[in-house]
Amino acid sequence: MSRSQKRPAEGLQIDGFTLGPLLHRGGFATIWEVTHPDHPGPMVMKVPTILDGDDGPTIVGFEIEQMILPRLSGPHVPRLIAAGDFAVMPYLVTAKLPGTSFQELFDRAPLPPDQLVALAIEIATALHEVHRQRVIHLDLKPGNLMRDEAGRLVLIDYGLARHLDLPDLLGEEFAIPMGTFPYIAPEQYLHHRDDPRSDIFAFGAMLYELATGRLPFGRTTTLRAVRRRLWRDPQPPRALNPDLPPWLQEIILRALEVEPEDRFQSAAQMAFDLGHPDQVQLTARATKLEQDGVWPVLRRRWRARRIRGYLPAPTQEDTARAQVVMAAVDLSPEMEALSQEILSATREILHFRPEARLACVNVLRSARIQLDQGTDEAGNNLHVARLVALKAWGEALGLPEGRVTYTVLEAPDPGNALTEHATRILAGHIVMGARASSALRRYLGSVSAQVVAEAPCTVTIVRLPAPGI
Amino acid sequence: MRIALLSDIHGNREALEAVLADAAARDIGRCVILGDIVGYGPDPAWCVQRIQEMEAAGALVIRGNHDAAIAGSARDMNATARASIDWTRPRLSAAQTGWLAALPLTIREEDRLYTHASAHSPGDWIYVTSDRDAMASFRSSDAGVIFCGHVHVPALYSSDIHDRIQAHAERPRIPVPLLASRRWLVVAGSVGQPRDGSPQAGWAIFDTATRELSFRRTPYDTAVTAGKIQAAGLPEELALRLRSGE
Repeated sequence: MSRSQKRPAEGLQIDGFTLGPLLHRGGFATIWEVTHPDHPGPMVMKVPTILDGDDGPTIVGFEIEQMILPRLSGPHVPRLIAAGDFAVMPYLVTAKLPGTSFQELFDRAPLPPDQLVALAIEIATALHEVHRQRVIHLDLKPGNLMRDEAGRLVLIDYGLARHLDLPDLLGEEFAIPMGTFPYIAPEQYLHHRDDPRSDIFAFGAMLYELATGRLPFGRTTTLRAVRRRLWRDPQPPRALNPDLPPWLQEIILRALEVEPEDRFQSAAQMAFDLGHPDQVQLTARATKLEQDGVWPVLRRRWRARRIRGYLPAPTQEDTARAQVVMAAVDLSPEMEALSQEILSATREILHFRPEARLACVNVLRSARIQLDQGTDEAGNNLHVARLVALKAWGEALGLPEGRVTYTVLEAPDPGNALTEHATRILAGHIVMGARASSALRRYLGSVSAQVVAEAPCTVTIVRLPAPGI
Repeated sequence: MRIALLSDIHGNREALEAVLADAAARDIGRCVILGDIVGYGPDPAWCVQRIQEMEAAGALVIRGNHDAAIAGSARDMNATARASIDWTRPRLSAAQTGWLAALPLTIREEDRLYTHASAHSPGDWIYVTSDRDAMASFRSSDAGVIFCGHVHVPALYSSDIHDRIQAHAERPRIPVPLLASRRWLVVAGSVGQPRDGSPQAGWAIFDTATRELSFRRTPYDTAVTAGKIQAAGLPEELALRLRSGE
C-alpha cells in the first residue's frame, strides 16, 4: 500500500476541505480547523501523525475510528462528516465542539458532591448510549469528555475503541495493553478488549478523581504499576475527602472493583444509583476508610499469578441481562387482576436476567394546576399511600434490596410520564398492562399504546386472558 | 453496486435456488460465481445451465477445480470427489463440459480480484485457511479485495499498511466495512456444501459504494438434496454432509 502523499499544513486543500489553523498537536495526531463550501458550521480535521518507525498503533487507531464513527449516532458522540484514507492523506472530519476537554475541570477537583453527581449522571448516560450501540470506548478519561453547542456531554476519541460486531483491528496485533494507564481496568492489562465493564472501571476512576482530587492508582506511568491493580484496591475516597457521602463512596468503589462481575454491570444501572442515592444498597464499601488488609490482597495477588484472563466477557445477551427493567403498574381496585398478571410477567423477565434491576413505577394522575395548600397536603398523603401500595406489590417478587426501587410519578398524562421516566432511568425494557379492548378505549386511545409508540426501548404489554366465549 | 458472491455450488440446485431468491430480494446488481459449479451434488447440468443464463445476463464466472476436472483429470482428488466427478461427466452435455473448461481462473474488476482458490498460482488449487496462505495471496496480487472460495468455510483476512496479516472473526449478516487503508481477502463460504457446522447455504454480498461486506446464510431444504444424492447412488457421506453442514 502506498504511503500518504500529502502532509497537513495550514492552507492545504484536500477533497474540498481547506485547512485552517492548527488547534492541537497530540502524540498521535494533529487537529486542524477546516472549512468546506458544502458543509456549514465549524469543523475539525484529525490527521494521524505517521512516522516511519513504529507507528502501528497510530494507524490502527485511525482505522478503528474510521470504522466505528460512521456507526455511532446520537448527541453523545462526535458527528463524522468525512474521512480520507492513506492513499492521499488520512483524516477524519467531525463537527467542531466548542471549548476544551474536561481536563481543566478535573484539575480543580475535588468537586462538591452535588456537582459531581450531576456530572456523573451525564457521563453515565453518554456511556450507556455508546454501549447501547455495541461500542466499548476503552479510553475514558477527562481529556475525552467535551460538550457540544447545546451543552450536551460528548465522548470523543474512539481510536482504542471496540465495536462488538466488527473485526477488532487492535485485537492480538499489539503486545502492550492500550489505554491511559491511570484509568484503565485491570483486565485491559490482560489484553481484554470486549467487556463494557472496563469502561465502568475507568468511569469509576474518573469519579474517584472528581471526589478526591487524586487518581485512585496515582499517576501510573509503567505497565508494572498498572498490573498492581489486579490485586491492590485504591485508598477509600472518604479517607481523602470526609465530606463525600458514604453512598457515593459505595458507587465509586463498586465501579473500581477488580473483578468485572463485582462492578456495576451496566452504565444504566450506575446512572440509576447515582440518581437515587436513598436507594443505593450500602455495603462495607460505603464506610471503609482503609484499603483492604494483607490477606485479601495476598489472595488476589496469588490468583493474579496464575490468571491469564477473567471469565468470558458478557455477550450481547448478557448485556441485556444487566438492564434496568421498568414495571409500570396501575394499582386501582379494578386493575387488581391485571397487576398480578404484570407481576408474573415481571418475575419471568427477571428470572432470565439475573443481573437486571427492577424499577417499579406507578403514576398518580395529577391536575394540571395545584389549587391550594390543602390540596397539596392531600396530594402528599395520596402519594405516600401509593408508594406503600407499590412496595407491597413489588415485594411479592422477593428481590433483594438494592435490586428493586419504587417511584410514584405525579403527572397529568400517564403515557407521557412513563415514557419520560423510562428515558431518564435508561430503561432497557418496560413491562406494563393494557386494559381489555372496549369501545371507549378505542375512542380515547390507551396509555399502553402511547408508551409502545414512544418508548425508547422494548415494551412488553400484559393482558388478562379474554373471557371464554 | 451490490455484488453477490457465490462459490462452491457443487450441483446443489435447491441451495442455489434458495440463494438466488434471497439475493433477488437484496438489491443485487451483479453476481460473481467463484467456481465449483459442479461436483458432489445431484444436479450439475441444471446448475450449469442456470449459471450460463446468469452469465448471459452479466454474471462473472470463475473456474474451480471440480469444473476443471470434468474435461481434465480428477487424479489429485480424494476418492469421494473423484467418484462424484465420474458420476457427473456423463450428465453434462459436450457444450457444457467445454464451457466449464474454458472458464477463466481469475477475473480482475477495478480493485477486486475474483479467483476460486489462492490467488497465488490459482490453477494449483491451494486452500486459504491460515494467515500464511492469505499472505501468499496478498503478495501475488495488488487488488484491494481478493474474493475466493474453495474452503467451504467463510473467512476474512486483512493485510495492513505494514503487510501484517490478521484473520478476523466472521459473523453472518453484520456488514463489515473493508477499509481502503488495508487490503482484504474474503473466503466466501459454500452455497452447496457448507463445512462450518451450519447446513445453511453460505454466500456473501459486497457493496462497492460503502465497501461493506456481509456474509449471508440462506436456509433451504437439505433433505430434498440429500435424498437426490442417495437416489443417484452418489457416495452416502455427501448426503450426510449436507444435513450436518460439516
